[in-house]
Amino acid sequence: MAHHEPSLPYKDKLMTFSETPDAIPAVEMRDITLRFPGVLANDQVNFTLYPGEIHALLGENGAGKSTLMNVLTGLYKPQSGEIFIHGKKVSFNSPRDAIANGIGMVHQHFMLVESQTVTENILIGLDAPRFALNLKKFDHEISDLADQYGIHIDPTAKIWQLSVGEQQRVEILKILYRGANILIMDEPTAVLAPQEADELIETLKGMAAQGKSIAFISHKLAEVKQVADTLTVLRRGRATAERADLHNFTRETLATLMVGREVIFNLQKCDQEPGREVLRLEDVSAVNNKNLPALRNVDLSLNDGEILGIAGVAGNGQSELVEVITGLRPCSGHIWFEGKDIANKPPAFSISHGLAHIPEDRIGVGSAPNLSLTSNIIMKRYDQKPISHKWQLDYLAADNLADGLKDEYDIQAPSVQTQARKLSGGNLQKLILARELSSTPRMIVAMQPTRGLDVGAIESVQQLLLQQRELGCAVLLVSEDLDELLALSDRIAVMYEGHVIGLVCSRDFDINQIGLMMTGTLPEELSSEKAPSQVEDTRNTAKTSEGATPSEEAKPSVEDIPSDVIGSEVSTPTEDDPEAGSTEKERILRKVLGNKYDQRGEE
Amino acid sequence: MKIPYPVFIKRSEDYPKWLPTVTSVSAVVLAFVISGIILAATGANPFSVYSYFFRASFGSWGAFSDVIVKATPLLLIGLGCALAFRMRLWNIGAEGQFFVGAFLASAVVMVPLVNLDTTPRWAIIALMMVLGMVGGALYAFIPGFLKARLNINEIIITLMLNYIAVLWNNYWIFGKWSEAGFQMTKTFPRSAWLPRLADYAREIPAFSGLTLHAGIIFGLVAALIIYLIIYRSKWGYKITLIGDNPRAARYAGIDITRNTILVFMVSGALAGLAGMTEVSGTVHRLQERISTSYGFSGVIVAWLAKLNPFAVIVVSILFGALLVASREIQPSGISFLIQGITLFLVISSDVLLKYEIKWVRPAQEIAQ
Repeated sequence: MAHHEPSLPYKDKLMTFSETPDAIPAVEMRDITLRFPGVLANDQVNFTLYPGEIHALLGENGAGKSTLMNVLTGLYKPQSGEIFIHGKKVSFNSPRDAIANGIGMVHQHFMLVESQTVTENILIGLDAPRFALNLKKFDHEISDLADQYGIHIDPTAKIWQLSVGEQQRVEILKILYRGANILIMDEPTAVLAPQEADELIETLKGMAAQGKSIAFISHKLAEVKQVADTLTVLRRGRATAERADLHNFTRETLATLMVGREVIFNLQKCDQEPGREVLRLEDVSAVNNKNLPALRNVDLSLNDGEILGIAGVAGNGQSELVEVITGLRPCSGHIWFEGKDIANKPPAFSISHGLAHIPEDRIGVGSAPNLSLTSNIIMKRYDQKPISHKWQLDYLAADNLADGLKDEYDIQAPSVQTQARKLSGGNLQKLILARELSSTPRMIVAMQPTRGLDVGAIESVQQLLLQQRELGCAVLLVSEDLDELLALSDRIAVMYEGHVIGLVCSRDFDINQIGLMMTGTLPEELSSEKAPSQVEDTRNTAKTSEGATPSEEAKPSVEDIPSDVIGSEVSTPTEDDPEAGSTEKERILRKVLGNKYDQRGEE
Repeated sequence: MKIPYPVFIKRSEDYPKWLPTVTSVSAVVLAFVISGIILAATGANPFSVYSYFFRASFGSWGAFSDVIVKATPLLLIGLGCALAFRMRLWNIGAEGQFFVGAFLASAVVMVPLVNLDTTPRWAIIALMMVLGMVGGALYAFIPGFLKARLNINEIIITLMLNYIAVLWNNYWIFGKWSEAGFQMTKTFPRSAWLPRLADYAREIPAFSGLTLHAGIIFGLVAALIIYLIIYRSKWGYKITLIGDNPRAARYAGIDITRNTILVFMVSGALAGLAGMTEVSGTVHRLQERISTSYGFSGVIVAWLAKLNPFAVIVVSILFGALLVASREIQPSGISFLIQGITLFLVISSDVLLKYEIKWVRPAQEIAQ
């Protein structure tokens, strides 16, 4: 096979190669190098994919996974390197060329027309139905195609009626219908609930069994072990493992290959009794931007020194919840904050009463991209001394403040005059945290504060939130990362279709239950029902044992739960036989949590 | 030789701070070059046309004073537009606000609102100023309110309000205030005139015949005030923040509705003041053609000055010169030709600032 890399300085770091089948590879990318100004996105990367194989491409955000696949789909042209499809050398000038060679990609963001049916969406852009469109005929065709690969979909349904998981199936059918036999899935599970992700993985395996070649981009270690046979790991544009056999790796080594250093998760969460009530929502309802009900009769309360986690699959009312509390969205009902009803009050009102908000959309809401760091720092305090000086704004004082916060929060930027848009995601988030936390808030509403950040930044953001909790601040933390919620929260409320359908205290945290509630299972039903998601593939269980001492099966005691979930107990690998780790709970945990679960094992 | 390397156009928003200034200046120079080519194509000698242009506007104190008189309304309107554009409010209704300001200022004399014989001159002028600004501000309140409350596109509203203002004006000058059936009012009494240099010709003979009036002082003071607002005040910070990202501004607790209306009204007040200086300082009556589309030229001035108040002063003088020269030259359209080409080039240069054009050598060739 074509891994001829004698000159690479890091060659010794390359891991063992899996046995290569004798067949001609469906895709062979050799020495792909792609340079963007200032960034070496791909540095002599090789990628080989055989028919009937699922090949995982693992790496952190920005490691060059998507770039490499975009080279394969003809979106980018590499500066050097060769691509062979089924043994034939090709040179793609546009995605059209790639499609003609049977390559299709399912992007993270779907490209579907909401008001049209599944069939119509699949036919868009095709030459086939020239003039008269006999939809019935095509409906049958699509439905046959879907059956062939075990995909459940109603071809006549309109896209807006479908769940995210179903929409993804439409995207897959779209490329299958175009005759693709090489499928690229770009972080396909990122948008799915755990149960949906399982279904997807089954579908992909079925397709591979029928001879399709699948490249599976991911940054979740557990998922990769579950779905793929071989993998390539990228780190900062370079391959740190090429066509490696997954069975030769522990998750620890994978994490090191991916991140380049030991990942340490050591959050210190002290025990403290929550104080008095700061926030109470009474019967709050609101509509979303489409004027459809998004929040339905929500009751919640939040105390001093407490982190209340909000769990849920994206789009179940979390954004609207944050917006009504911060005054950005009108609602009905009452929102009592520090004894005052802030429902339908302008944002300035709650800001002046000590409400900090870390918004979900850092660029679109949390910052003014073309303005300086200073201007972004003073956004909420330009009206306070010493920056405010009668009608004037004292830019010197503002710069001083920004300079101080830049050091304190370790914001990496040339100067405080740098425009906010030039900051990386992690630094922009630090800027927002610096602004929000330095005002000594009474309450923090944080929405997805760590999404898209690298491991180091995630840790510092989480630590800052815990620090605020210790200072007696109330924190409302909305996250789709269950691991984060379990690690940080004192209580977790689960949202489903605008309702808070369950509220769990930290002593009762059960990831299995929370995961099921996220898909709409009511807590009452849970008690009588065994988790259906225990369907499992057995391949990963042998290697993935760790942590689960028998005692963990039982309900842990109150005081050590939070640190328990993230900390010592799980992370100390036991010498016990592997079977101890392959408990049902372990497996579900791993699926729901993704890579961070594994990274814990690094300690 | 084969066709050169493939061209890549890359979006890049990182450019040095001086670059916009350079592109603006080059745009003006290039506009003159292109107009020169057009002039040459029609058989004229562009060099003699331009030297005539220059003499007609800067050749004498009299000419220069005329240039400043023309520049005054452009300056005031340009400042108002610069402020509104900073917040990304596309107020192109300065023409209408100018007319309403001129109308209300004239009302002081024509109604009359005060006894013109007994009231001191300064009081009459002050009242005209106030009413001019109030007129412009109220007229700009309409699009501001509609934009802020109902999110109605301000471009369309301001554009249509321009026609209404002109016709409203016509109603008065053709009808009620018409002097002997001409489409203009009677000449204002001297007590309603802004002081001119020529008024002091007896003391300083060199001022004789110079039409330059006190309006330019309003313009310069306004430039200073707008500068302080934009670059020094808390309000200017809010305006800039809303302009850059309204969602972030709303999140930071800034009242966008209120500020939209306020900025519109200040912008309108400046245009209304321009209308007042024109009737009180230049033509001394209300008539149909008090504006040679100052309202629209002001938009160009603001844009060419990159919304910087002090640059607005320079650019409005340049445009004033073009207007004066167009009186002297036939066909007068040449000035508008240059104006149009300048705007076209400035707007294109803005787009070009955001992109980098690269000729890329294919990788194989580098390797060889």
